[in-house]
Amino acid sequence: MVNKQGQTRLAQYYEYLNLEERRALEGEIVRKCLARNEQQCSFVEHRTYKIVYRRYASLFFLVGVDNGENELAILEFIHLLVETMDRHFGNVCELDIMFHLEKAHFMLEEMVMNGCIVETSKANILAPIQLMDKAS
Amino acid sequence: MALSGMRGLSVFISDIRNCQNKEQERLRVDKELGNVRTRFKNEKGLTPYEKKKYVWKMLYIYMLGYDVDFGHMEAVSLISAPKYPEKQVGYIVTSCLLNENHDFLRLAINTVRNDIIGRNETFQCLALTMVGNIGGREFAESLAPDVQKLLISSSCRPLVRKKAALCLLRLYRKNPDVVNVDGWSDRMAQLLDERDLGVLTSSMSLLVALVSNNHDAYWSCLPKCVKILERLARNQDVPQEYTYYGIPTPWLQVKTMRALQYFPTIEDPNTRRSLFEVLQRILMGTDVVKNVNKNNASHAVLFEALALVMHLDAEKEMMSQCVALLGKFIAVREPNIRYLGLENMTRMLMVSDVQDIIKRHQAQIITSLKDPDISIRRRALDLLYGMCDISNAKDIVEELLQYLSSADFAMREELSLKAAILAEKFAPDLSWYVDVILQLIDKAGDFVSDDIWFRVVQFVTNNEDLQPYAAAKAREYLDKPAIHETMVKVSAYLLGEYSHLLARRPGCSPKEIFGIIHEKLPTVSTSTVPILLSTYAKILMHTQPSDPELQNQIWAIFSKYESCIDVEIQQRAVEYFALSRKGAALMDILAEMPKFPERQSSLLKKAEDAEVDTAEQSAIKLRAQQQTSNALVVTDQRPANGTPYVGQLGLVMVPSSANADHNLENQGPAQENGTLSQVDPQSPSPSADLLGDLLGPLAIEGPPGAAAPTEHVIPASEGDPNPADALALAPVDEQTNSVQPIGNIAERFHALCLKDSGVLYEDPYIQIGIKAEWRAHHGRLVLFLGNKNTSSLASVQALILPPSHLKMELSLVPETIPPRAQVQCPLEVMNLRPSRDVAVLDFSYKFGTSSVNVKLRLPAVLNKFLHPISVTAEEFFPQWRSLSGPPLKLQEVVRGVRPMLLLEMANLFNSLRLMVCPGLDPNANNLVASTTFYSESTRAMLCLMRIETDPADRTQLRMTVSSGDPTLTFELKEFIKEQLVSIPTATRPPAPEVAQPTSAVTSLTDPGAMLAGLL
Repeated sequence: MVNKQGQTRLAQYYEYLNLEERRALEGEIVRKCLARNEQQCSFVEHRTYKIVYRRYASLFFLVGVDNGENELAILEFIHLLVETMDRHFGNVCELDIMFHLEKAHFMLEEMVMNGCIVETSKANILAPIQLMDKAS
Repeated sequence: MALSGMRGLSVFISDIRNCQNKEQERLRVDKELGNVRTRFKNEKGLTPYEKKKYVWKMLYIYMLGYDVDFGHMEAVSLISAPKYPEKQVGYIVTSCLLNENHDFLRLAINTVRNDIIGRNETFQCLALTMVGNIGGREFAESLAPDVQKLLISSSCRPLVRKKAALCLLRLYRKNPDVVNVDGWSDRMAQLLDERDLGVLTSSMSLLVALVSNNHDAYWSCLPKCVKILERLARNQDVPQEYTYYGIPTPWLQVKTMRALQYFPTIEDPNTRRSLFEVLQRILMGTDVVKNVNKNNASHAVLFEALALVMHLDAEKEMMSQCVALLGKFIAVREPNIRYLGLENMTRMLMVSDVQDIIKRHQAQIITSLKDPDISIRRRALDLLYGMCDISNAKDIVEELLQYLSSADFAMREELSLKAAILAEKFAPDLSWYVDVILQLIDKAGDFVSDDIWFRVVQFVTNNEDLQPYAAAKAREYLDKPAIHETMVKVSAYLLGEYSHLLARRPGCSPKEIFGIIHEKLPTVSTSTVPILLSTYAKILMHTQPSDPELQNQIWAIFSKYESCIDVEIQQRAVEYFALSRKGAALMDILAEMPKFPERQSSLLKKAEDAEVDTAEQSAIKLRAQQQTSNALVVTDQRPANGTPYVGQLGLVMVPSSANADHNLENQGPAQENGTLSQVDPQSPSPSADLLGDLLGPLAIEGPPGAAAPTEHVIPASEGDPNPADALALAPVDEQTNSVQPIGNIAERFHALCLKDSGVLYEDPYIQIGIKAEWRAHHGRLVLFLGNKNTSSLASVQALILPPSHLKMELSLVPETIPPRAQVQCPLEVMNLRPSRDVAVLDFSYKFGTSSVNVKLRLPAVLNKFLHPISVTAEEFFPQWRSLSGPPLKLQEVVRGVRPMLLLEMANLFNSLRLMVCPGLDPNANNLVASTTFYSESTRAMLCLMRIETDPADRTQLRMTVSSGDPTLTFELKEFIKEQLVSIPTATRPPAPEVAQPTSAVTSLTDPGAMLAGLL
C-alpha cells in the first residue's frame, strides 16, 4: 500500500528480497503505477511479474503476481481487503492503516498466507482481531 | 491518536508523518533506532509490552526502507511469550523481517512445534501461518507430519485446517523431497468433500501444487473439483459470508478451474458433461453489469472458464463461442476487459482451428496497438505477433512498421525485432522482406540490432534473383539526406557486392556509387569504416575497364588509412591496397561472396530464448509444451557441411585454396600481418566465419558445402532397433547419411499414434508436422510441410501408399515450397474394415543439389478409429456373456510384456482410446476396458477386453478380447499385444511367444479370473 506521494504504508512480501532489492522494486513499480490515469487498465507488466493495482482516494494498493494469476480475481481481492478494513475501522482511511499497522497486518495475515488466499469471509477474517479487542 | 494502547508507537508514526523531507525522516529514524537499541541492550528491564512496542517500531522502520540489523532476536523471542498479544507480534514480525535461512529461526523450532501440536487453536494458527510464510528445510523435516495430521484431523476446526493446508503447501513446494505425499491422493480427494469454503479455498491451492507436479496421482480429485464447481455455480450451500456481490466465492471458483487445467484431459464422459454444463452456463450467463466489483468478479470467473475451455479442447462450436466473446471484449471501453481480452486471445492462438476466427478481429487488434495504455499496446503487439502467418504477414508487418515511428521508446526494440522476425518467417516474397528490413533500419536504426541486417545480407547472397533488387533499393536509400549508420553499413555492403548488376541504370556507375558511399565516410564510426573499405575494393574490382581516376581516388583512401590507429581498418587498407595492384588477379580474389550455409536465424533464436526467459508456467503454457506446435520450429541444426554455427558476419576471410596461395605469394607484409596466412590448400571447406571467403576464389565454383548431387534415402525404420516391428516398413535401399533426420523417426511415429498432433519428420531443411481429427470411421489429417531455409525446396513430391483397408486422398502438394514457408496439405482418410496395416507417405524433395527421399509411416492406425466408451456393469456383463468363445472372443497368454504397473497400463489403454472401466472386475490385478470401433464394414461396434495380470510376474498376462466381428477381435487383440510388448520404441524384448493364439475361454483355472469364470 502506497499513498500518492509514493510513501509506503504497508508492505508484505511472500518471497524474500533483501532491502536493496525491495527499495528498487518498490521505487520502480510505484513510479510506473502512479503515472497512470483512470482510463488505463489496472495491470502493469513489470519484469517477469505483473502488477495488479487499484486506487482508493489517496491510497494505492499494489499486488505483484506471476503470469499465471487471474488478474480480475486479484483486483477484487484488493477490494475485499478494503471492505474488510472498512468493516473493522468504519470508513477506513490512510491514517487508520498508518496508525493501526499491526491490525492491518493481522487482517492481511488472515487473508493471505504464502501468497495464497486463505479466507474470503469477512466475519472469519475479523474474528481473531475482535477476540483480541475484547480481551484488552 | 492514542491507538492500540501503544502510545510510543503512535507518537513515532506521527513524528515520521510530520517530517518535511527525507533527511528529517532519516534523522528521526536514526534517533529511534538508537533508542530501541539501547533499550534492547538492557533487556532485563523490558516488559513484554515494551518489547512488543519496540518490535513494531522496528517493523515500521524496516517498511520505510531502512536497514534494521538488530533486534531480530527480540522478535523471535516474543514467539515464546505465554500471552497471545505478544506471541502474535512475535510471529508476525518474525515472518516479515527474517527469511527461511536466518539462524535465529532455528532457535524457535521447538516453540513453534509445541504451538502446532498444542491444544490452543489460536497458537496453532499463528505458528502454522509463520511456517507457511517462511518455513524452510528444517521446519519441513521436523513439522511436516504434524501439519499433515492437522489438515486431515476431524477434531480440528476449519480455522486451523485451512492454515495447515497452506503451511503444507509451502513445505512441499520448498522441499518436495522431505515432505512425503505418497498416498495423499485419497486424502486430497476427501479434503475436497469439505463443506467449509475457507478450508476448500486453501486446499484447492494445495491441490494445484500437487497436481502440477504429478497429475496422474490425483485423478480421483478431478470429479470432486467438478462437483465443487457445480455446487458454486448453482449457489447451493454457499453461506452469505462467502458470496461476493452475489457471486459465490469467485476466488474458489477461479482456483478450482485452475486446478482442472493441470489435468491433461477429462476421460469420464459424465464428469466431462457436467463440467461443460457449468462452463456453458458461465460463458452464456455472464452479463455486463453496472456495479464494477460485481462485474470484475463475474468476469474473473468468466476468463478462467475461457482458459479451461481452451485447455479442454472443447467442441468447435464452444471454441467459436469463446472467440466471439473475446472479440467482444477487445472492443469494449472498460480497459481491464480489453486488456484481458487481448491476453486471452493470444492464449487462444494455441488452440487449433480458431486462428481463422481470430483473424477476423485483426482490425480491432491493430487499433489496440495505438491504445493510450502501454499495457494494452503490449498485449496487442504480442497477439499480432502470435497470429501472424503467411496470409496476413504483409498487413501486420506493415502496420508494425507504421507504428514504429510513433511507438514509445520502451517498445521500439521489441517492435523492430518482432517485425523483422515476422518478415523473415512469413515473407510472401523475398523482395518484400528486403523492403521491410530496409524500412525498419530507416525508421528505427537505433533499435535494429546487427543480427537483423546480417540476416538480410544472407538472404540476398543466397538468392540471385534478389540481388539487383536489393542493390537498387540500397542505392535509393543512399540518396536520402540523413541515414542511420546501420543503413550505411547494409547499403555499402550490398552495393559492394552487387552494384555492378545495376551498372546501366542512371546514377549507378561505379564512380557514382563510390561517390555517394564515400560521402558518408566522415559521418560513420570506426566499426563501419572497414565495411566501406571492402566496398571500395569491390567497386574497384568490378570496374572494367578500369577507371584510372576512380582507382587513384580509392588508392588514396587506402594509403590514408594505412596508418590508421584502428587495427582492423589499418589491416584492410594495407591488404586491399596491395591486392588492388595485382590487376586481373584481383578479380579472383575479390569475387562475389558465396552462398551461406543454411542455419538457424539468430533472430529466431533470440526470440525463442526470450520466450524461455519469461516462460510462464501456467497450465496453458505447460500444455503447449506437451504438444508440439505445428508452427515451424527451427532447431539449432548443424548445416549439412558441418560448418559450425557462428553468429557473426565476418568480412575478411582467410583464403582457402591453392589458387589463392599462388596469387598471394608475394604478399609479404600481408602475410606477416597474419590475416592472409593460408589454412589448408586442399580444403575447400568454408571457414567458421560467416560471410565466408570474401577473398576466396574457390567460392566462385559453388556455394560452400554443396556436395555433389547425391540421392539421400532415409529409411523409415531408422532408429527402430527392432526389425520385426510389426508396423515397420522395411523396403529401404542403402542409406547415405548426408541429410540426417532430426530426432528419431520411429519414436515420432509412435508418439503420434497416441496423440493427434506433432512432428512426423524433421531434417535440417524441412519439418513435416501432422494434425489429425477423427470422427467415426473418417479421419482428416493435415500435413504441414515447413521449409526451414532461406531458399526454396524444389521437386516436392508426396505419394500416399495406402493399405487395402484405408481409402486415402491427399490434396495437391505444391512442387516448390518457398523459403521459410509452410504449406498445409489435407489428407482425407476412410476406414473400410479392421486392419493393423499402416499407410506410408513417400516423400521427396530437392534442396540445392541434394535430393532427399523418405518413407514415413502415417499414424492412421487402428486405435484412431476407436472411440472410448464407458460401460456399466449392467451393460458389460450381458454383452460379455453373449460373445462366447472364438472367433468373436479370443484369449491369449502374452509373455515378454514390458513390465509396467497396473496404473501405467490403465493410462496406456486410455491413451489408446480403450476406456478402462474401474470397479467392474473384482480382482484388483485385472483391468477391464471398453471401446467402440468404427469402420465402413463393421459400422460402430462395441469391443470389450480384459487383462489379467500377475503381480508376481509383470512380464506376462492373459488377455481376452471380444467384439461382434471376428476380424476385428483378432486385429484388436494383436494390436493391443503389440502395444504391450513394444511401446514406446524401447528396445523390445524377444518376440512374444504365443502360447495359444486363439485359445477358447473355456479352461479357466486361475482363481483370480473370477469375472471370466462367472460368465
